[in-house]
Amino acid sequence: MKEMINLKIDDINVSVEAGTTILEAAKKANVRIPTLCYHPDLCIAGNCRICMVEVEGSLTLTAACAMPVSENMVIHTNSLKVRTARKHNIELLLSEHNSECTKCYKNGNCELQDLAAEYKITNETFIDLVPFHNYTIDHYSPAIIKDDSKCIRCQRCVRTCEELQSVSALGVAYKGEHMKISTFMEKSMFDVVCTNCGQCVNRCPVGALVEKNYIDQVWDAIYDPSKHVVLQTAPAVRIALGEDLGYDPGEIVTGKMVAAIKKLGIDSVLDTDFTADLTIMEEGTELLTRLKKALVDKDSSVALPMMTSCSPGWIKFIEHQFPQLLPNLSTCKSPQQMFGALAKTYYAQKRNIDPADIVSVSVMPCTAKKFEADRPEMRSSGYKDVDYVLTTRELAVMIKQAGIDFESLKEEKYDSIMGQSTGAAVIFGATGGVMEAALRTAYELVTGREVPFDGLNITPVRGMEGVKEASVKIEGTLPEWKFLEGAILNTAIAHGLVNAKKVMELVDSGKANYHFIEIMACPGGCLGGGGQPIPTNMEIRMKRNKAIYQEDAGMPIRKSHENPEIALIYKEFLEKPLGHTSHKLLHTTYIDRTK
Amino acid sequence: MSSQNLKKTDMIFGLCHTTDVEHLLPGGVCKTNEEKFVVLEEVIKKDPQDIIDDIIESGLKGRGGAGFPTGLKWKFASLSPEKEKYVICNADEGEPGTFKDRDILLKVPAKVFAGMTMCGYCINAKKGYLYLRGEYKFMLPELRKVLDSFHEVIKKIGYDFHIDILLGSGAYVCGEETALMESMEGHRGEARNKPPYPTVEGFRNKPTVINNVETFVNVTMIQKFGVAEFKKLGTQDSRGSKVFSVSGDTPKPGVYELELGMKLSDFVDEYGDGDTKAVQVGGASGFCVPRKKFNETIIGFEGIPTGGSMMLFNSSRSMYNVLTNYLEFFAEESCGQCTPCRVGCQQLIRGIRAVKCGQKSPDYLDALLKLTASMKLTAKCGLGQSVANSFSSIVSNFTEEMIY
Ligand SMILES: Cc1cc2nc3c(=O)[nH]c(=O)nc-3n(C[C@H](O)[C@H](O)[C@H](O)COP(=O)(O)O)c2cc1C
Ligand code: SF4
Ligand code: SF4
Ligand code: SF4
Ligand code: SF4
Ligand code: FES
Repeated sequence: MKEMINLKIDDINVSVEAGTTILEAAKKANVRIPTLCYHPDLCIAGNCRICMVEVEGSLTLTAACAMPVSENMVIHTNSLKVRTARKHNIELLLSEHNSECTKCYKNGNCELQDLAAEYKITNETFIDLVPFHNYTIDHYSPAIIKDDSKCIRCQRCVRTCEELQSVSALGVAYKGEHMKISTFMEKSMFDVVCTNCGQCVNRCPVGALVEKNYIDQVWDAIYDPSKHVVLQTAPAVRIALGEDLGYDPGEIVTGKMVAAIKKLGIDSVLDTDFTADLTIMEEGTELLTRLKKALVDKDSSVALPMMTSCSPGWIKFIEHQFPQLLPNLSTCKSPQQMFGALAKTYYAQKRNIDPADIVSVSVMPCTAKKFEADRPEMRSSGYKDVDYVLTTRELAVMIKQAGIDFESLKEEKYDSIMGQSTGAAVIFGATGGVMEAALRTAYELVTGREVPFDGLNITPVRGMEGVKEASVKIEGTLPEWKFLEGAILNTAIAHGLVNAKKVMELVDSGKANYHFIEIMACPGGCLGGGGQPIPTNMEIRMKRNKAIYQEDAGMPIRKSHENPEIALIYKEFLEKPLGHTSHKLLHTTYIDRTK
Repeated sequence: MSSQNLKKTDMIFGLCHTTDVEHLLPGGVCKTNEEKFVVLEEVIKKDPQDIIDDIIESGLKGRGGAGFPTGLKWKFASLSPEKEKYVICNADEGEPGTFKDRDILLKVPAKVFAGMTMCGYCINAKKGYLYLRGEYKFMLPELRKVLDSFHEVIKKIGYDFHIDILLGSGAYVCGEETALMESMEGHRGEARNKPPYPTVEGFRNKPTVINNVETFVNVTMIQKFGVAEFKKLGTQDSRGSKVFSVSGDTPKPGVYELELGMKLSDFVDEYGDGDTKAVQVGGASGFCVPRKKFNETIIGFEGIPTGGSMMLFNSSRSMYNVLTNYLEFFAEESCGQCTPCRVGCQQLIRGIRAVKCGQKSPDYLDALLKLTASMKLTAKCGLGQSVANSFSSIVSNFTEEMIY
């Protein structure tokens, strides 16, 4: 056990482990200290100077987020000195800030606004500095808008991009009054190594980094009587949407969500889970085919380990950072894009609708999917496969705009076709989920038996560890898979690009003996996506994670290959995994972005 | 008309005045003064703890501005069992009006290297760095020559310590010890949170002692002459002598070594032009003392401490312009990471301009003074914390000049 430290915060005696910060100790004593640059996922910056407290015996005030406790410390969090200094610092931030709350996308969900409200900053003590700065807005990316006039220089985005994503697309440029958050050569976010993952957006306390929203475009499509609007929802949306609508983290709101979307006037509410199951069929077959080529045909050109391709942030990352490993990527499109391509082909045919009249909308936990939908490759239906991508947050906004009382809604089911799903598809939203779903299907395909894990729960691939490894021994194979008899399938799972990078470095150096690797760009997988409700942090990710596996456990069907609509689509339309139509609609190519 | 209270000393620049390698003999003896490097040879025979105690006993305080007791700093670093430790000599010298480290490095670099080596011996570090202000690049060839011979000398006395010279990036904030270490590690020069202090986690997160150029020379001289001799100079709170950079309205600008604890009036008598209305003690981050307070002001840690800069202003100077210059310097040189410093500096400049041109009433100066109090309390590093010094001392002593 660690040494315990005793201290006093606002006359409350607290005892905490050595190494605890004043901020954490205060939390324990139920004393709230306001913060801005602090984020529990990130290293301590201590630059906003909002969390200042008075430590007896110290000449200056102390940043509570950055100061470890020490024995017999006496702390005041609400003295005259503290109050005056904090207010000054809030006022200073506001004086440099383009405070146009009523016209701001973050109006109502902004930490600076909350602070200003709390401190009732009504008069303008200081001079408005905005006219002296040449602030610019970068609208160029289809996923993210960066508005420097709203930036409070807390560097959360910089720390996010470096510590969690190892991308460092954002950095600090210049010094003094000119200090700003910038990209390489001050290019647009669209023109740099940014993966569009949106992790920075999720952590920006203000309106300086926000998703590009497509709310009005979707409303327009809904109101246009000549359009048929299909909307797909990703697995991780249903376990997080509630947070933006008054529920606690970890609440599953699938049925109410479907009901609410129908109320918005969407013509058909469908499930990305369906194409998640389809991904398993295609990707599983692709993996087995690669293994066969390598093991039976001794074809040394086969790229192994194979890596998943359903996270568009990860795709852009590898395209920039490890282009030499692009052949290892599965050629499967992400479930969103498979869905889009099928919506304007299979679905259109079945429902007898001209694909030109279909508007395909997706709701994703992700901002990178906005970029993905815009990729020129993603038009295999002959149209833009996915017209608009909304984040979980944008869907919540639309539900609120429509005046829907979410809580009182009666649960409804997804429409058909392409609305049926399995537990295997739901867990796509969590790190390790794709791996688990793939193993459930592939093992059974090869052996005719269920995976040898209790209740189909492949626990070694679950959880929040950055890099996970699991090996499965294949035994008792069916005759056509004899070549896999006794083989040990080595897998790795990484989430958060900083972890992806570690695994890629291993693979690139030839030191890894993996066959299959799952990578998700975001910490925790899609449940921690950049488009998820704010705040997102470890505590909340754990709750969402629990909800996802709860949802899986509660599903009547838990293996992708048992989804009846999957069997149907192969029978009616696709023929077989990796078949000709699949190839055309469900698979894609990648770009070496270092060239 | 030298006053008896103002004592010129020769501790820092005395003895071996030269950098000439010719004068470094095998065994580390300086030709012009037989004893010079013998000091080092004797020092490494002593118990490190005794040396540290000597330095604590001497009362030596850091000459870089903050005035932290040098012996204590070494002691903290020596306590760590960590194998990898570092010694850094801060030669960034970016404070406006300060150019004394330049002279020290030009004239007596070997004393600096010797002090660093003693520190390495005391805390058990094998590696030292001299972080040299970018503008002092011209010194590199000469410094490297001296350093090469120095390395040979310590090898000959059988001791293992290596010093490298790194060039600074040119930002004032990189003189702040933790920003300096960030810069040395190839990062942006931004001050770190303290704690951890450098003696616990410094360069490369290892225990590090960082001292000013002059501090290291003082250590060498304490070892040379002994604690008692050192303590004869200065006062109870400010032991030893200090090298001052004298500039501004003075007939004799330059670098002077004076005993600490002098009265400012004596200093002005010696270096003023007869019409001195104010002295800025300690550069832009220091305090401005008006004529009426010359008599009561002591230069030292009991009065106004200084990293060395003494800037004299005569009655032809506009203190408003002086302050604006300082503020522009800070607004430009702040690393920009923390709110009070980055935005506070901008507000102070625009604020005094607004008062001067009548856009804001003179009362606004009070609002700004309150703001500087908060900056002092909440800025992350010494840069932002010390903006208040010049601002409040100039604004409160020369209020009319700010308004009219
Ligand atoms: C903005 C800023 C600039 C500084 N610049 C220098 C410098 O150029 N040289 C220096 O020795 N100390 C400088 N310091 C002080 C150092 O942070 C540190 O206190 C000093 O190097 C410690 O050495 P000392 O104890 O020997 O004085 C600066 C501090 C601040 C806040
Ligand atoms: S970022 Fe926040 S404080 Fe700034 S305008 Fe937007 S809502 Fe208001
Ligand atoms: S979207 Fe992701 S990759 Fe792009 S800047 Fe933000 S954190 Fe970095
Ligand atoms: S963009 Fe947002 S997260 Fe980044 S520094 Fe500015 S306010 Fe902070
Ligand atoms: S006080 Fe100024 S220089 Fe120091 S950390 Fe803050 S912004 Fe940077
Ligand atoms: S929250 Fe502590 S300094 Fe920003």
